[in-house]
Amino acid sequence: MERRSPILGVAALAVVVVAVHLLTAALGKPFYLTQLSMAAYYAIVVMGLCLVMGYAGQISLGHGAFFAIGGYTSAFLTTRNVGARLPAGLREALGHVGALAPRQDLYGADVVAVSPWLACAIALAVAAALALAVGYPALRLKGYYLAMGTLGFGLIIYRVLLGTDALGGVDGIVSVPPWHLLPGIEITGGKPHRVVNYYVAWGAALAVLLLILNLTESRVGRALRSIHGGERAANAMGVDTAGYKLKAFALSAVIAALAGCLFTHYNGGIDPSEAGVMKSVRYVALVATGGMANVWGALVLGAGLTFLSLRGWFGSFDHAVFGGLLIAIMSLAPEGPLRPLASWLARVGVRCRPRSGTGKPEPETGSPRSEAPNPRPET
Amino acid sequence: MSQVVQYILSGVTVGSIYAIVAIGFNIIYSTTGVINFAQGEFVMLGGMVAVSLLRVFPLPVAVAGAVVTVALCGALLEIAFFRRLRHPSALQMIIITIGLSIVIQEAALHIWDEKVRSLPYFTGTEITSIHLFGAAVSPQVLWVLGTVSLAVLGLHAYFRYALAGKAMRACASNPEAALLMGIDAATMRTASFALSAGLGALAGCVMSPITMTHYEMGTGLAIKGFAAAILGGLGNHSAALVAGLAVGLAESCSVAVLPAAYKDAVAFGILVAVLFVRPHGLFGSAEVGTSSREF
Repeated sequence: MERRSPILGVAALAVVVVAVHLLTAALGKPFYLTQLSMAAYYAIVVMGLCLVMGYAGQISLGHGAFFAIGGYTSAFLTTRNVGARLPAGLREALGHVGALAPRQDLYGADVVAVSPWLACAIALAVAAALALAVGYPALRLKGYYLAMGTLGFGLIIYRVLLGTDALGGVDGIVSVPPWHLLPGIEITGGKPHRVVNYYVAWGAALAVLLLILNLTESRVGRALRSIHGGERAANAMGVDTAGYKLKAFALSAVIAALAGCLFTHYNGGIDPSEAGVMKSVRYVALVATGGMANVWGALVLGAGLTFLSLRGWFGSFDHAVFGGLLIAIMSLAPEGPLRPLASWLARVGVRCRPRSGTGKPEPETGSPRSEAPNPRPET
Repeated sequence: MSQVVQYILSGVTVGSIYAIVAIGFNIIYSTTGVINFAQGEFVMLGGMVAVSLLRVFPLPVAVAGAVVTVALCGALLEIAFFRRLRHPSALQMIIITIGLSIVIQEAALHIWDEKVRSLPYFTGTEITSIHLFGAAVSPQVLWVLGTVSLAVLGLHAYFRYALAGKAMRACASNPEAALLMGIDAATMRTASFALSAGLGALAGCVMSPITMTHYEMGTGLAIKGFAAAILGGLGNHSAALVAGLAVGLAESCSVAVLPAAYKDAVAFGILVAVLFVRPHGLFGSAEVGTSSREF
């Protein structure tokens, strides 16, 4: 089978990202970049969930919880004054390694908290551990169990976040410090950092896209697809179905936690609503809209619809829109709207420049890359 | 001592509601193979419709009207969304029912509002109480327990003796054979949605004075009901009753040990624990022919 390198498509998308920036600047609406950055972080979760739903054929209704775990863990660690409790020598040593970061809090008091790098690493580890703990029993079974198990898991996390005072209860954790990635680049909200953060967010999104695309083209990706196609057959062919499903689930939980972590630094805080059922259902809706096994669709439609939702386009029907999307997509076009659209465009394209052979559009099945937003062959 | 009785009674009360939701899951699951994530929404709709009807009609008529309305809604949902799916995958059905539950919730938010409503107490007022073994009990608790037991008994008789109930069971154990015997499987599926929705609505009405009715209440109920359903083994109605009571008791007794904010987490913990240890339920599912149905 012919395999194009995903680099080309990712580069094309990067050009689109730059174009969108220039467009907002030209239109005099630079504040759109803030919501676009947030949308990128949410789209990262959607792409990760795409791995579980589209490729492994499982459903997780707890990805909002993993996002919140990532966000809360790094928010908690970077705002807590752990330095005060440690002996001075240890504090110095940890500071030299970069594990602790001294700064001043809102009231000018000196705080020695965990550095965002270490906090992020811990957040990802926590998410991975929880994903393995939840996924291990649920993924050995089929269908409904993972859905209900993760839904229950999400609600537990939501309730615990709501009911724990150390995590700020309903208000969540606020005044999370910026994350200095490189000199001059820090993840934080605020006007002066808007453009840089837009590129950081979309850079992260494109990196995750590339990671997932490469993964799905590898042996792992083929194994996951075979599970979706027929679990028993895959099992009979010697694919460790339970193991692959668990790994895919854990990886997508880690991706969600990473997005939560970045989002929290960008947003300067996080609250329990991120772990709510509606958030998790929304991620599922976006994966379905993107076309299930279509990471491109997940990224583009995920970011696009989230952006519209954040801009308040759907008004008081915000949740209903995503619920309606779920029903409509599943009962009318279970493959997602992009695939029929792409094949229609391809058919139109073929009619315009007739080639030898049948007028059938190029086979679009199997390769998730072929449903790129631009369905025309690139060479 | 009286405190223990109090915990037990409140546990049995909420537990019987979970049991009804679990039985609702079972009815639809065993006839159609669908796990209806919108099951909790039927309970919410029952309470909401009854509160609205109460403005015009007396209480018994309002409750009956709510049950019939919600049962019709359930039948309509089946006809509109599930009948036309030929060979739906589990993933597809999960996603559709989740979408339905969100849309029903949002519709309820727009039809009614975000306020908490409740039906009046069926007998007496909120301060009326009966003393049982030293514990004070609202008569509504007796209404809940009585209604739930009657519903379960009636359901049992229906599945055992009524022709339609037998036909429904036949569809559950072997749809093709049922079709060959001249049973209209499609109608049976619609009927199972209606039955399950009506049952949920009835539970929503009797519990409304105690737990209140709110547009967002459905999701939590659905998960706890599902926890009960798999604790008892999917498809097994009488085990679902026992399991529902067990979940309710565990939840109300947890308040004695854990902060009340974590009360809901207990049922979810049970769900996850059951998934870990005995995914086919404490009582197995050998009784009904659903064991042939693959997950």
